[in-house]
Amino acid sequence: MNWELLLHQVLAGLATGGIYACIALAVVMIYQAIDHLNFAQGEMAMFSTFIAWQLMDWGTPYWVAFVVTIAVSFIGGVAIERIVFKPIHDAPVLSHIVVFIALFSIINSLAGWIWDYTIKSFPTPFGSRSLLGSGLISAHDGGMITVSLGLLALLYLFFRHTRVGLAMRAAAANPESARLAGIRVGWMIALGWGMAAAIGAVAGMLIAPVVFLEPNMMLGILLYGFAAAVVGGLTSPGGAVVGGFSVGVIENVAGTFIPYFGRELKLTIALLLIVAVLLVKPSGLFGRAVVSRV
Amino acid sequence: MEASQASVRVPASSSAVGGLSFNAWRRLVLVAALLVALALPFAVKNFLIFQVTLAIIYAVAILGLNLLTGFNGQFSLGHSAFYAIGAYTAAVMMDQGDIAYYWTLPVAGLICLVTGFLFGLPALRLEGVYLALATFALAIATPQLLKFSPIEHWTGGVQGIVIIKPDAPFGLPINSDQWLYFFTLIVSGLLYWCAVNLVKSRTGRAMTAIRDNPVAAGSMGVNVSLYKSLTFGVSALYTGIAGALGAIVTGFVAPDSFTFALSIQLFVGLVVGGVGSIPGTLFGGLFALFAPNIAESVSKGLAGAVYGVILVLVIYVMPSGAAGLVRLIVSKLARRER
Repeated sequence: MNWELLLHQVLAGLATGGIYACIALAVVMIYQAIDHLNFAQGEMAMFSTFIAWQLMDWGTPYWVAFVVTIAVSFIGGVAIERIVFKPIHDAPVLSHIVVFIALFSIINSLAGWIWDYTIKSFPTPFGSRSLLGSGLISAHDGGMITVSLGLLALLYLFFRHTRVGLAMRAAAANPESARLAGIRVGWMIALGWGMAAAIGAVAGMLIAPVVFLEPNMMLGILLYGFAAAVVGGLTSPGGAVVGGFSVGVIENVAGTFIPYFGRELKLTIALLLIVAVLLVKPSGLFGRAVVSRV
Repeated sequence: MEASQASVRVPASSSAVGGLSFNAWRRLVLVAALLVALALPFAVKNFLIFQVTLAIIYAVAILGLNLLTGFNGQFSLGHSAFYAIGAYTAAVMMDQGDIAYYWTLPVAGLICLVTGFLFGLPALRLEGVYLALATFALAIATPQLLKFSPIEHWTGGVQGIVIIKPDAPFGLPINSDQWLYFFTLIVSGLLYWCAVNLVKSRTGRAMTAIRDNPVAAGSMGVNVSLYKSLTFGVSALYTGIAGALGAIVTGFVAPDSFTFALSIQLFVGLVVGGVGSIPGTLFGGLFALFAPNIAESVSKGLAGAVYGVILVLVIYVMPSGAAGLVRLIVSKLARRER
């Protein structure tokens, strides 16, 4: 076995894992707030990234564009919840999923129409040198890992130590009791959407330098994000991050050492991972098992 | 046999109530719809015949999905995989083995039954979103698996397989599109008839019981895991036969026709038609085929967005699908009649 190659692949896997961790985090956030998986998550992130690209194209400096994009995405997420999802709050679950699909289609098509389908390059704020001169991991990869860990820490503090965070958790865990306690559950859900959109925007802007920017950049990544969320457990933000990193590492290592997997069957790895984890531990590595009374 | 599949328009016109009983209306509409279905290929252009044939095929695939979701409460975003397996089975058999097209249908159905059953086994442990995720992953992975190079000899890799459209047998004076329309109509009529009977049978009641309350069903002696995986298998069988029909009718299979988008189309057709309604699947088939075309004719560049808006509007107007809307109208009219 080639140990240096293995080490290299693990580090590269950690870097891509950072991407998956961000998306998984956004997936878990919305799942916590509304109990659904948002299939339009990736497209929302893609659209945010395009906004950032447009701002920079107009000459805005990176970090200004970064902050503005996050703010716009947050507002956009809240608006989508208020405008599209609130009116069908009582519709069957499957109808909700159809609306997610509709959203996916609308955002994808709009982005293609506004910015067309050519591939655009996206700048990185971290530079493209290799980190610590080691040649193993680039500065951008390092930055990506740092940002996703930082995001996780912020979320942890938000949910554990602020009143709003507590209210959001209450609204998700038991909407009726929360409402009786004076929490405006509807707005908490909207807030969850806004935060997920903002996290998605960060993820999109971090990924774009690696995969390049185009309307269809997110589909494969979203699948890995879902896989990561499942590996970590859909109920655990920390698990989502760990899941993201492990999926990244597994993808890279399996792709290098198992024939065919690297080139042709990349997405199949995600499928196998999801099925395997769900079979062994359906609630994920860090999720709690939901026990329901019958 | 075609009767049951034409019953989509039943409740709509039974709303005119006017002295006749619900069942009498149902029969009347069935006969009328059957006549329309038989006359159609002689009244319209070949391309429209082809499109309607495809819509019926989609309806069969959606029926398969509906047996799973509507009657057993399981969820799948991965039915494009079974459709693909069916289509490829038919194409490979015709291309490599020179086997007549009608023999490919039972084989495709059988292969999908087994595959579906096997995929249903791990799916037993999954519910709701988790099942959605696993099947979503299956749908995403399918085109890659079809392109897999060691089996390229059979599947034709990225290029896919071109097969020859069959002509009408016995020297019938109709062209190949018309013949394939009737062929599809007969096969799908048979499949709908089976589905109606399946749902009404003991097995069907067990399926629905599991949907409504698995614990209660289990304690009444229903073998929950067996029925759940069997339903997955039967559902895959329907979708697989639809796939085989689709391959024969289009005369072409390629990995990129079986992407996640196909799963989405089927799923959308299911919800728009009405979850748990057999006639609703026909509306679903028509919607799955024609809605994207309509969207494209509204605006080429923004076709996806228009399609999305249509979807959102449809869900706003009829949150429980066409079948739900019809049910609502019928019950309102019936109340007024009284």
